[in-house]
Amino acid sequence: MTTVRPNSDPNVRMPAEYFQRNRAVHPPGYTPIYKTSVTRSPQKALLSLEQSLSEMTGPVFNHNDLGPLDHDMILNYAKNGEPIGERIIVHGRVLDESGKGVPHTLVEAWQANAGGRYRHEKDTYLAPIDPNFGGCGRCLTDENGSYFFRTIKPGPYPWRNYVNSWRPAHIHLSIFGPSFSQRLITQMYFEGDPLIEICPIVNTVPDKDAIGRLVAPLDLNATVPLDSRAYKFDIVLRGRRSTLFENRLEGN
Amino acid sequence: MIQKLDYLTETASQTAGPYVHIGLAPGYAGFDIFENNFGNVVAGPNTKGERIKVEGRVFDGTGTPIRDVLLESWQANSEGKYNHPEDTQQKPLDDDFRGWGRMASDFETGVYTLETIKPGAVPGRNGSVQAPHISLWIVSRGINIGLQTRIYFSDEADANAADPVLNLIEQEERRKTLIAKRTERDGEVVYQFDIYVQGENETVFFDV
Repeated sequence: MTTVRPNSDPNVRMPAEYFQRNRAVHPPGYTPIYKTSVTRSPQKALLSLEQSLSEMTGPVFNHNDLGPLDHDMILNYAKNGEPIGERIIVHGRVLDESGKGVPHTLVEAWQANAGGRYRHEKDTYLAPIDPNFGGCGRCLTDENGSYFFRTIKPGPYPWRNYVNSWRPAHIHLSIFGPSFSQRLITQMYFEGDPLIEICPIVNTVPDKDAIGRLVAPLDLNATVPLDSRAYKFDIVLRGRRSTLFENRLEGN
Repeated sequence: MIQKLDYLTETASQTAGPYVHIGLAPGYAGFDIFENNFGNVVAGPNTKGERIKVEGRVFDGTGTPIRDVLLESWQANSEGKYNHPEDTQQKPLDDDFRGWGRMASDFETGVYTLETIKPGAVPGRNGSVQAPHISLWIVSRGINIGLQTRIYFSDEADANAADPVLNLIEQEERRKTLIAKRTERDGEVVYQFDIYVQGENETVFFDV
Protein backbone atom coordinates (compact mmCIF):
# COMPACT_ATOMS: atom_id res chain seq x y z
CA MET A 1 0.00 0.00 0.00
CA THR A 2 2.68 2.47 -0.91
CA THR A 3 3.04 4.83 -3.80
CA VAL A 4 6.16 6.47 -5.09
CA ARG A 5 5.28 10.09 -5.77
CA PRO A 6 7.01 11.99 -8.51
CA ASN A 7 9.14 14.99 -7.47
CA SER A 8 9.86 13.68 -4.04
CA ASP A 9 12.63 11.78 -2.35
CA PRO A 10 12.58 8.32 -3.95
CA ASN A 11 13.45 6.81 -0.59
CA VAL A 12 10.27 8.13 0.95
CA ARG A 13 7.26 6.10 -0.01
CA MET A 14 3.98 7.82 0.59
CA PRO A 15 1.41 5.43 2.05
CA ALA A 16 -2.07 5.35 0.52
CA GLU A 17 -4.71 7.62 2.02
CA TYR A 18 -7.70 6.46 4.03
CA PHE A 19 -11.16 6.89 2.53
CA GLN A 20 -12.82 10.20 3.20
CA ARG A 21 -14.87 9.95 6.36
CA ASN A 22 -18.56 9.64 5.58
CA ARG A 23 -19.88 12.27 7.98
CA ALA A 24 -23.49 11.36 7.10
CA VAL A 25 -23.30 8.28 9.32
CA HIS A 26 -21.73 10.13 12.25
CA PRO A 27 -23.46 12.50 14.62
CA PRO A 28 -22.85 16.15 13.78
CA GLY A 29 -21.21 18.16 16.56
CA TYR A 30 -24.28 20.21 17.37
CA THR A 31 -27.22 18.03 18.47
CA PRO A 32 -29.61 19.95 20.76
CA ILE A 33 -31.39 16.74 21.85
CA TYR A 34 -28.13 15.89 23.61
CA LYS A 35 -27.88 19.11 25.60
CA THR A 36 -24.21 19.01 26.57
CA SER A 37 -23.27 19.13 22.88
CA VAL A 38 -24.74 22.61 22.48
CA THR A 39 -21.74 24.47 23.93
CA ARG A 40 -19.17 21.79 23.08
CA SER A 41 -19.58 21.74 19.30
CA PRO A 42 -17.57 23.78 16.78
CA GLN A 43 -19.62 26.29 14.79
CA LYS A 44 -17.10 26.84 12.03
CA ALA A 45 -16.63 24.34 9.23
CA LEU A 46 -13.95 21.70 9.71
CA LEU A 47 -11.00 22.29 7.39
CA SER A 48 -10.67 19.37 4.96
CA LEU A 49 -7.13 18.09 4.94
CA GLU A 50 -5.50 15.79 2.44
CA GLN A 51 -3.62 13.23 4.47
CA SER A 52 0.11 13.38 5.03
CA LEU A 53 2.33 11.02 7.01
CA SER A 54 1.06 12.78 10.13
CA GLU A 55 -2.46 11.45 9.53
CA MET A 56 -1.58 8.10 7.93
CA THR A 57 0.60 6.90 10.79
CA GLY A 58 -0.38 6.31 14.40
CA PRO A 59 0.74 4.60 17.60
CA VAL A 60 1.62 0.92 17.54
CA PHE A 61 0.83 -1.23 20.57
CA ASN A 62 1.99 -4.71 21.49
CA HIS A 63 1.43 -7.37 24.13
CA ASN A 64 4.00 -5.80 26.46
CA ASP A 65 1.57 -2.92 26.92
CA LEU A 66 -1.09 -5.20 28.39
CA GLY A 67 -1.45 -7.47 31.39
CA PRO A 68 -2.78 -11.05 31.20
CA LEU A 69 -6.22 -10.21 32.69
CA ASP A 70 -6.76 -6.86 31.04
CA HIS A 71 -9.48 -8.27 28.73
CA ASP A 72 -11.35 -10.06 31.53
CA MET A 73 -13.54 -7.63 33.47
CA ILE A 74 -14.92 -10.49 35.58
CA LEU A 75 -11.49 -11.13 37.03
CA ASN A 76 -9.38 -8.01 36.52
CA TYR A 77 -10.70 -6.19 39.58
CA ALA A 78 -11.93 -9.17 41.64
CA LYS A 79 -10.98 -8.55 45.27
CA ASN A 80 -12.91 -10.95 47.48
CA GLY A 81 -15.07 -12.72 44.91
CA GLU A 82 -16.48 -12.16 41.46
CA PRO A 83 -18.69 -9.23 40.45
CA ILE A 84 -22.48 -9.51 40.63
CA GLY A 85 -24.50 -9.60 37.44
CA GLU A 86 -25.09 -11.39 34.16
CA ARG A 87 -21.91 -12.98 32.85
CA ILE A 88 -21.38 -12.18 29.19
CA ILE A 89 -18.79 -12.35 26.45
CA VAL A 90 -18.50 -9.50 23.96
CA HIS A 91 -16.71 -10.54 20.81
CA GLY A 92 -16.40 -9.57 17.19
CA ARG A 93 -13.98 -8.29 14.62
CA VAL A 94 -12.43 -4.94 13.90
CA LEU A 95 -12.68 -4.51 10.12
CA ASP A 96 -11.97 -1.71 7.72
CA GLU A 97 -14.43 -0.46 5.12
CA SER A 98 -12.93 -2.81 2.55
CA GLY A 99 -13.88 -5.72 4.79
CA LYS A 100 -10.35 -6.60 5.84
CA GLY A 101 -9.66 -7.51 9.45
CA VAL A 102 -7.54 -4.96 11.32
CA PRO A 103 -4.86 -7.00 13.10
CA HIS A 104 -3.03 -6.22 16.37
CA THR A 105 -4.94 -3.06 17.13
CA LEU A 106 -5.84 -1.81 20.59
CA VAL A 107 -9.47 -2.02 21.72
CA GLU A 108 -10.35 -0.48 25.09
CA ALA A 109 -13.70 -0.85 26.85
CA TRP A 110 -15.39 0.74 29.84
CA GLN A 111 -18.83 0.41 31.37
CA ALA A 112 -21.09 0.67 34.41
CA ASN A 113 -21.62 -2.31 36.72
CA ALA A 114 -24.76 -4.47 36.79
CA GLY A 115 -26.61 -1.81 38.77
CA GLY A 116 -25.72 0.99 36.37
CA ARG A 117 -23.04 2.58 38.56
CA TYR A 118 -19.60 3.58 37.29
CA ARG A 119 -16.46 3.25 39.35
CA HIS A 120 -15.66 6.92 38.91
CA GLU A 121 -15.28 9.63 41.51
CA LYS A 122 -17.70 11.85 39.60
CA ASP A 123 -20.53 9.28 39.46
CA THR A 124 -22.95 9.80 42.35
CA TYR A 125 -25.83 7.56 41.24
CA LEU A 126 -27.34 5.81 44.26
CA ALA A 127 -26.83 2.27 42.93
CA PRO A 128 -23.87 0.73 44.77
CA ILE A 129 -20.31 0.29 43.57
CA ASP A 130 -19.45 -3.40 43.17
CA PRO A 131 -16.29 -4.05 45.19
CA ASN A 132 -15.20 -6.67 42.65
CA PHE A 133 -15.83 -4.77 39.46
CA GLY A 134 -13.59 -2.11 37.90
CA GLY A 135 -15.44 -1.76 34.63
CA CYS A 136 -12.54 -1.38 32.24
CA GLY A 137 -10.77 -3.76 29.94
CA ARG A 138 -8.55 -3.76 26.91
CA CYS A 139 -7.13 -6.17 24.37
CA LEU A 140 -5.34 -6.37 21.04
CA THR A 141 -7.10 -7.87 18.04
CA ASP A 142 -5.54 -11.06 16.69
CA GLU A 143 -4.13 -11.46 13.17
CA ASN A 144 -7.67 -11.62 11.72
CA GLY A 145 -8.94 -8.59 13.60
CA SER A 146 -10.90 -10.64 16.16
CA TYR A 147 -11.25 -9.48 19.74
CA PHE A 148 -13.17 -10.52 22.85
CA PHE A 149 -13.87 -9.36 26.38
CA ARG A 150 -15.48 -11.19 29.26
CA THR A 151 -17.60 -8.98 31.50
CA ILE A 152 -20.84 -8.38 33.38
CA LYS A 153 -23.78 -6.96 31.47
CA PRO A 154 -23.99 -3.27 32.45
CA GLY A 155 -27.22 -1.83 33.82
CA PRO A 156 -29.07 1.23 32.48
CA TYR A 157 -28.74 4.40 34.55
CA PRO A 158 -30.36 7.82 34.84
CA TRP A 159 -28.64 10.96 33.61
CA ARG A 160 -29.41 14.64 33.52
CA ASN A 161 -30.52 15.43 30.03
CA TYR A 162 -34.25 15.52 30.45
CA VAL A 163 -35.51 15.09 34.02
CA ASN A 164 -36.27 11.45 33.37
CA SER A 165 -33.57 10.30 30.93
CA TRP A 166 -32.10 6.80 31.15
CA ARG A 167 -29.17 5.50 29.16
CA PRO A 168 -29.71 2.10 27.58
CA ALA A 169 -27.24 -0.52 28.80
CA HIS A 170 -24.03 0.06 26.87
CA ILE A 171 -20.32 -0.55 26.70
CA HIS A 172 -17.99 2.24 25.55
CA LEU A 173 -15.36 1.13 23.06
CA SER A 174 -12.22 2.94 21.93
CA ILE A 175 -10.41 1.69 18.82
CA PHE A 176 -7.17 2.77 17.13
CA GLY A 177 -6.43 1.13 13.76
CA PRO A 178 -3.04 1.68 12.14
CA SER A 179 -3.52 5.42 11.53
CA PHE A 180 -4.40 8.32 13.81
CA SER A 181 -7.09 9.37 11.32
CA GLN A 182 -9.04 6.18 12.12
CA ARG A 183 -9.26 6.90 15.83
CA LEU A 184 -12.79 6.16 17.01
CA ILE A 185 -14.86 6.00 20.17
CA THR A 186 -18.31 4.46 20.04
CA GLN A 187 -20.85 2.72 22.24
CA MET A 188 -22.24 -0.78 21.90
CA TYR A 189 -25.87 -1.43 22.85
CA PHE A 190 -27.69 -4.71 23.51
CA GLU A 191 -30.37 -6.26 21.32
CA GLY A 192 -33.88 -5.84 22.67
CA ASP A 193 -33.30 -2.88 25.00
CA PRO A 194 -36.35 -0.55 24.78
CA LEU A 195 -34.26 2.43 25.97
CA ILE A 196 -32.20 2.47 22.76
CA GLU A 197 -34.75 4.13 20.55
CA ILE A 198 -35.55 6.92 23.01
CA CYS A 199 -31.95 7.73 23.97
CA PRO A 200 -30.84 11.24 22.97
CA ILE A 201 -27.21 10.14 22.64
CA VAL A 202 -28.12 7.22 20.36
CA ASN A 203 -30.31 9.59 18.36
CA THR A 204 -27.47 12.00 17.68
CA VAL A 205 -26.63 9.48 14.93
CA PRO A 206 -28.65 10.73 11.95
CA ASP A 207 -28.86 7.43 10.08
CA LYS A 208 -31.20 4.63 11.18
CA ASP A 209 -29.04 1.88 9.70
CA ALA A 210 -25.97 3.32 11.40
CA ILE A 211 -27.84 3.16 14.73
CA GLY A 212 -28.73 -0.47 14.02
CA ARG A 213 -25.05 -1.24 13.57
CA LEU A 214 -24.42 -0.04 17.15
CA VAL A 215 -26.65 -2.78 18.55
CA ALA A 216 -25.04 -6.15 19.31
CA PRO A 217 -27.19 -9.25 18.78
CA LEU A 218 -27.25 -12.19 21.17
CA ASP A 219 -24.89 -14.79 19.69
CA LEU A 220 -26.05 -18.12 21.01
CA ASN A 221 -23.38 -19.97 19.03
CA ALA A 222 -20.59 -18.23 20.93
CA THR A 223 -22.31 -18.65 24.27
CA VAL A 224 -20.51 -20.83 26.80
CA PRO A 225 -23.21 -23.27 27.99
CA LEU A 226 -24.05 -23.00 31.70
CA ASP A 227 -21.59 -20.09 32.03
CA SER A 228 -21.90 -16.91 29.91
CA ARG A 229 -24.07 -15.55 27.10
CA ALA A 230 -22.32 -13.95 24.16
CA TYR A 231 -23.01 -10.77 22.18
CA LYS A 232 -21.34 -10.14 18.84
CA PHE A 233 -20.19 -6.67 17.91
CA ASP A 234 -18.20 -5.94 14.77
CA ILE A 235 -16.53 -2.55 14.50
CA VAL A 236 -15.70 -0.93 11.17
CA LEU A 237 -12.88 1.59 10.87
CA ARG A 238 -12.16 3.75 7.85
CA GLY A 239 -10.87 1.89 4.81
CA ARG A 240 -8.00 2.85 2.66
CA ARG A 241 -7.44 3.51 -1.00
CA SER A 242 -5.87 0.93 -3.15
CA THR A 243 -3.14 2.42 -5.29
CA LEU A 244 -4.28 1.09 -8.67
CA PHE A 245 -2.87 3.10 -11.57
CA GLU A 246 -0.35 4.80 -9.33
CA ASN A 247 1.88 1.93 -8.50
CA ARG A 248 3.65 -1.05 -9.87
CA LEU A 249 1.27 -3.85 -9.04
CA GLU A 250 3.86 -5.93 -7.23
CA GLY A 251 4.18 -3.12 -4.73
CA ASN A 252 0.48 -2.86 -4.07
CA MET B 1 -29.77 -4.32 -11.20
CA ILE B 2 -26.18 -3.19 -11.47
CA GLN B 3 -23.43 -4.72 -9.39
CA LYS B 4 -23.27 -3.65 -5.81
CA LEU B 5 -20.21 -2.00 -4.27
CA ASP B 6 -19.45 -4.14 -1.27
CA TYR B 7 -17.80 -1.62 1.00
CA LEU B 8 -18.68 -1.63 4.66
CA THR B 9 -19.56 1.61 6.43
CA GLU B 10 -17.56 3.02 9.30
CA THR B 11 -19.12 2.46 12.72
CA ALA B 12 -20.82 5.63 13.97
CA SER B 13 -19.02 7.64 16.62
CA GLN B 14 -20.62 8.16 20.02
CA THR B 15 -19.53 10.57 22.72
CA ALA B 16 -16.80 9.42 25.10
CA GLY B 17 -19.09 10.56 27.94
CA PRO B 18 -18.18 11.82 31.41
CA TYR B 19 -16.55 8.57 32.54
CA VAL B 20 -14.06 8.16 29.70
CA HIS B 21 -11.31 8.07 32.33
CA ILE B 22 -12.41 4.65 33.57
CA GLY B 23 -11.47 3.07 30.30
CA LEU B 24 -8.63 5.24 29.08
CA ALA B 25 -7.04 6.69 32.21
CA PRO B 26 -8.37 4.81 35.26
CA GLY B 27 -6.06 6.70 37.62
CA TYR B 28 -8.12 9.82 36.94
CA ALA B 29 -11.35 7.95 37.70
CA GLY B 30 -9.87 7.24 41.13
CA PHE B 31 -8.68 3.63 40.99
CA ASP B 32 -5.78 1.46 40.09
CA ILE B 33 -6.32 -1.58 37.89
CA PHE B 34 -3.73 -2.05 35.14
CA GLU B 35 -0.05 -2.71 35.55
CA ASN B 36 0.82 -0.49 32.58
CA ASN B 37 -0.98 2.78 32.17
CA PHE B 38 -0.93 5.08 29.19
CA GLY B 39 -0.23 8.64 30.15
CA ASN B 40 0.91 12.14 29.40
CA VAL B 41 4.64 11.53 29.76
CA VAL B 42 5.69 10.66 26.24
CA ALA B 43 9.43 11.17 26.50
CA GLY B 44 11.38 8.48 28.34
CA PRO B 45 14.72 8.96 30.14
CA ASN B 46 16.71 8.25 26.98
CA THR B 47 14.55 10.03 24.42
CA LYS B 48 16.57 12.38 22.25
CA GLY B 49 15.52 15.95 21.66
CA GLU B 50 14.55 19.10 23.45
CA ARG B 51 12.34 18.40 26.49
CA ILE B 52 9.17 20.42 26.43
CA LYS B 53 5.86 20.65 28.22
CA VAL B 54 2.68 21.62 26.49
CA GLU B 55 -0.11 22.81 28.73
CA GLY B 56 -3.41 24.54 28.40
CA ARG B 57 -7.14 24.27 28.79
CA VAL B 58 -10.00 23.40 26.50
CA PHE B 59 -12.86 25.91 26.58
CA ASP B 60 -16.51 25.46 25.66
CA GLY B 61 -18.67 28.05 23.89
CA THR B 62 -19.35 29.95 27.13
CA GLY B 63 -15.65 30.33 27.93
CA THR B 64 -15.77 27.71 30.67
CA PRO B 65 -12.95 25.14 30.80
CA ILE B 66 -14.05 21.62 29.88
CA ARG B 67 -12.87 19.82 32.98
CA ASP B 68 -13.63 16.28 31.86
CA VAL B 69 -11.79 16.40 28.54
CA LEU B 70 -9.35 13.77 27.29
CA LEU B 71 -6.75 14.45 24.62
CA GLU B 72 -4.36 12.25 22.69
CA SER B 73 -1.23 13.41 20.92
CA TRP B 74 0.74 11.90 18.03
CA GLN B 75 4.05 13.21 16.82
CA ALA B 76 7.33 12.46 15.10
CA ASN B 77 10.60 12.14 17.00
CA SER B 78 13.19 14.90 17.18
CA GLU B 79 14.51 13.92 13.74
CA GLY B 80 11.07 14.14 12.16
CA LYS B 81 10.38 10.41 11.87
CA TYR B 82 7.23 8.68 13.02
CA ASN B 83 7.54 5.44 14.94
CA HIS B 84 5.37 3.57 12.44
CA PRO B 85 6.21 0.94 9.81
CA GLU B 86 4.93 3.09 6.97
CA ASP B 87 7.28 5.96 7.67
CA THR B 88 10.10 4.89 5.34
CA GLN B 89 12.23 8.02 5.59
CA GLN B 90 15.95 7.41 5.99
CA LYS B 91 15.98 8.96 9.44
CA PRO B 92 16.80 7.27 12.76
CA LEU B 93 14.08 5.82 14.96
CA ASP B 94 14.30 6.59 18.65
CA ASP B 95 13.92 3.36 20.67
CA ASP B 96 12.67 5.28 23.66
CA PHE B 97 9.91 7.14 21.88
CA ARG B 98 6.52 5.86 20.71
CA GLY B 99 5.33 9.39 20.04
CA TRP B 100 1.85 8.98 21.44
CA GLY B 101 0.41 10.46 24.61
CA ARG B 102 -2.87 10.64 26.47
CA MET B 103 -3.79 13.58 28.68
CA ALA B 104 -6.80 14.04 30.94
CA SER B 105 -7.55 17.52 32.25
CA ASP B 106 -7.55 18.28 35.95
CA PHE B 107 -11.13 18.05 37.28
CA GLU B 108 -10.73 21.35 39.19
CA THR B 109 -8.67 23.57 36.92
CA GLY B 110 -9.25 21.99 33.51
CA VAL B 111 -5.50 22.12 32.79
CA TYR B 112 -3.94 19.34 30.72
CA THR B 113 -0.20 18.76 30.44
CA LEU B 114 1.88 16.86 27.91
CA GLU B 115 5.52 16.07 28.67
CA THR B 116 7.38 15.29 25.50
CA ILE B 117 10.15 16.38 23.16
CA LYS B 118 9.86 18.87 20.37
CA PRO B 119 9.32 17.00 17.10
CA GLY B 120 11.34 17.58 13.95
CA ALA B 121 9.92 18.70 10.63
CA VAL B 122 8.14 15.98 8.66
CA PRO B 123 7.39 15.58 4.96
CA GLY B 124 4.13 16.91 3.59
CA ARG B 125 2.43 15.92 0.38
CA ASN B 126 4.07 16.20 -3.02
CA GLY B 127 7.57 16.86 -1.77
CA SER B 128 6.66 19.69 0.64
CA VAL B 129 7.93 20.03 4.20
CA GLN B 130 5.67 20.51 7.19
CA ALA B 131 6.70 22.64 10.13
CA PRO B 132 7.19 20.72 13.40
CA HIS B 133 3.80 19.91 14.86
CA ILE B 134 1.91 17.56 17.16
CA SER B 135 -1.42 16.09 16.07
CA LEU B 136 -4.19 16.19 18.66
CA TRP B 137 -7.45 14.30 19.10
CA ILE B 138 -9.96 15.61 21.63
CA VAL B 139 -12.95 13.82 23.18
CA SER B 140 -15.30 14.47 26.08
CA ARG B 141 -18.87 14.39 27.22
CA GLY B 142 -20.82 16.54 24.76
CA ILE B 143 -18.34 16.00 21.92
CA ASN B 144 -20.07 13.59 19.55
CA ILE B 145 -17.09 12.78 17.38
CA GLY B 146 -13.42 13.35 18.25
CA LEU B 147 -12.01 16.73 17.22
CA GLN B 148 -8.73 16.76 15.33
CA THR B 149 -6.29 19.63 15.36
CA ARG B 150 -2.55 20.36 15.45
CA ILE B 151 -0.12 22.14 17.74
CA TYR B 152 2.58 24.24 16.04
CA PHE B 153 5.34 26.14 17.85
CA SER B 154 5.74 29.91 18.17
CA ASP B 155 9.54 29.77 17.82
CA GLU B 156 9.24 28.21 14.33
CA ALA B 157 7.99 31.35 12.60
CA ASP B 158 9.72 30.68 9.26
CA ALA B 159 8.74 27.04 9.08
CA ASN B 160 5.18 27.92 10.11
CA ALA B 161 4.97 30.57 7.40
CA ALA B 162 5.83 27.91 4.80
CA ASP B 163 3.69 25.14 6.28
CA PRO B 164 1.24 23.71 3.71
CA VAL B 165 -1.48 23.03 6.30
CA LEU B 166 -1.35 26.40 8.07
CA ASN B 167 -1.45 28.03 4.64
CA LEU B 168 -4.67 26.19 3.82
CA ILE B 169 -6.42 28.22 6.50
CA GLU B 170 -7.98 31.04 4.56
CA GLN B 171 -8.31 33.52 7.41
CA GLU B 172 -4.78 34.35 8.52
CA GLU B 173 -6.05 35.33 11.94
CA ARG B 174 -7.28 31.79 12.55
CA ARG B 175 -3.84 30.25 11.88
CA LYS B 176 -2.82 31.65 15.26
CA THR B 177 -5.23 29.28 16.98
CA LEU B 178 -2.83 26.42 16.16
CA ILE B 179 0.38 28.03 17.41
CA ALA B 180 1.51 27.27 20.95
CA LYS B 181 3.33 30.07 22.74
CA ARG B 182 6.82 29.24 23.99
CA THR B 183 7.54 30.31 27.58
CA GLU B 184 10.08 29.35 30.22
CA ARG B 185 9.23 28.44 33.79
CA ASP B 186 11.75 27.30 36.40
CA GLY B 187 14.22 26.46 33.65
CA GLU B 188 11.68 24.36 31.74
CA VAL B 189 10.29 25.05 28.30
CA VAL B 190 6.52 25.27 28.51
CA TYR B 191 4.33 25.84 25.48
CA GLN B 192 0.90 27.30 26.20
CA PHE B 193 -1.81 25.87 24.01
CA ASP B 194 -5.45 26.63 24.82
CA ILE B 195 -8.19 25.18 22.66
CA TYR B 196 -11.51 26.88 22.00
CA VAL B 197 -14.09 24.33 20.92
CA GLN B 198 -16.66 26.96 19.99
CA GLY B 199 -17.04 30.70 19.64
CA GLU B 200 -15.20 33.78 18.52
CA ASN B 201 -11.69 32.37 18.99
CA GLU B 202 -12.65 28.90 17.81
CA THR B 203 -9.65 26.66 17.16
CA VAL B 204 -9.28 25.33 13.63
CA PHE B 205 -10.33 21.68 13.55
CA PHE B 206 -9.67 19.33 10.66
CA ASP B 207 -11.60 16.77 8.71
CA VAL B 208 -8.65 14.52 7.97
